[in-house]
Amino acid sequence: MSDVDNNKALLRVADLHGWYGESHVLHGVNFHVNEGEVVTLLGRNGAGKTSTLLAIMGMLPKRRGSIIFNGTDVIAMQSRHIARLGIAICPEERGIFASLNVDENLMLPPRIQKGGMEVERIYDLFPNLKERRRSQGTKLSGGEQQMLAIARILRTGAKFLLLDEPTEGLAPVIVQQIGRTIGELKKEGFTIILVEQNFRFAASVADRHYVVEQGRVIDMIPNADLQDNMDKLHGYLGV
Amino acid sequence: MGQLLLGLINGAFYAILSLGLAVIFGLLNIINFAHGALYMAGAFVAWMLLNYVGIGYWPALILSPLIVGAFGILLERTMMSRLYKLDHLYGLLLTFGLALIIQGLFRNYYGISGLPYQIPSQLSGGQNLGFMFLPNYRGWVVVASVVVCFGTWFMIEKTRLGAYLRAATENPALVGAFGVNVPLLITLTYGFGVGLAGFAGVLAAPIYSVNPNMGADLIIVVFAVVVIGGMGSILGAIVTGYMLGIVEGLTRVFYPEGSAVVIFVIMAIVLLIKPEGLFGKEAR
Repeated sequence: MSDVDNNKALLRVADLHGWYGESHVLHGVNFHVNEGEVVTLLGRNGAGKTSTLLAIMGMLPKRRGSIIFNGTDVIAMQSRHIARLGIAICPEERGIFASLNVDENLMLPPRIQKGGMEVERIYDLFPNLKERRRSQGTKLSGGEQQMLAIARILRTGAKFLLLDEPTEGLAPVIVQQIGRTIGELKKEGFTIILVEQNFRFAASVADRHYVVEQGRVIDMIPNADLQDNMDKLHGYLGV
Repeated sequence: MGQLLLGLINGAFYAILSLGLAVIFGLLNIINFAHGALYMAGAFVAWMLLNYVGIGYWPALILSPLIVGAFGILLERTMMSRLYKLDHLYGLLLTFGLALIIQGLFRNYYGISGLPYQIPSQLSGGQNLGFMFLPNYRGWVVVASVVVCFGTWFMIEKTRLGAYLRAATENPALVGAFGVNVPLLITLTYGFGVGLAGFAGVLAAPIYSVNPNMGADLIIVVFAVVVIGGMGSILGAIVTGYMLGIVEGLTRVFYPEGSAVVIFVIMAIVLLIKPEGLFGKEAR
């Protein structure tokens, strides 16, 4: 299994602790992601999945431990420098800017390295966005906003994507479209951490699943073994 | 008609100053009480350039805002940047204190009687428009103000740099997470905002005498303009600035006693009916 191959991990998170003010939300998170993998963080609300993504991106106010990305420890770096290493986030609340139109939202994140997608290709992937280029960001439907939030980080050249619940609150047909997009991205060599509540969706796109509970990673399940571990997983997620 | 023009000229200053305040408030969340003092400093720098270095009006129109802007950047880097995580009130107290210090310094060295500044020779004289006499310089002030305000609006609403600014106003953490240097953007924005105040100061120097209280007299009205237009709204600041200048001028014709308070009456009414201001967005 790829998870044994520890030395080649693109991202290695070790003993990660994190705080919001006085509130201690991450209690020693350990996991790794290999290049080209799609890995999910599964867990209940408040387990620490989003906080883990924010910590990797340098957006959690206080953090300790180590986050080695491509040989660099980013634990103490500011988020704008972390972004420059080739990591990009699609936040849970989508973060579409209301005062910017679709084009401006799409063009906002600066290109940080070569190999970012061309705008035409992005509009091929998300044809609905093209029709709405001039609309204000917040006039879009929830699905369109989600696509825009994913689309705009594809332009930057970042090859490591943090996607926080991209399917939340969306219609099944849109969830399918996002699933196909993640599949395409994987084929193109992107590495992705996906935070999900919907594990049926997670199972359709991911290589491995980490289970997060009370600010720790408590288990890892390869996607191939998912069926055999269903009972355990139901227990973890309380579904 | 003359009063209308006078109102328009006041409006020109209201617009530039409230625009700077709106830009600064939008991104920094600081109510820049030092704005009036920096406007005054802009006028004084122009006066100093002329009297100490022999640099005239036209170069001063560029140089003085740059000097005031650089001074603003210094203030932002050394002091204000420490306050962003705290309540608005601290920024207000700091900038209010700075305003008093700057005014006090100029009062100490130059007194309060006011220093004369000549209208540049190219703009002396005036035009007889038939129904009124328009001094050339005053016409120039209105034109310059419209150009600067429109230019700023265009830059913020229609360019890529402006898109960064608008996005950072909404969600600075996320813009930073895309790799943009938000602290630098904030510093430059403050420098630009107070540079606008310096520019207004130079424009004002030949009309009003250059004196340490010129900013304090104006800034209260400008704050009312910003509140009426809607905190942080760029277009609101510009349009409301001109509009209230004209309203004030008209009031002086029809009911002179009311001209000093009319803007504050309008502010009270707007706050009662539409608390977010005429062009403001509803608080989210």
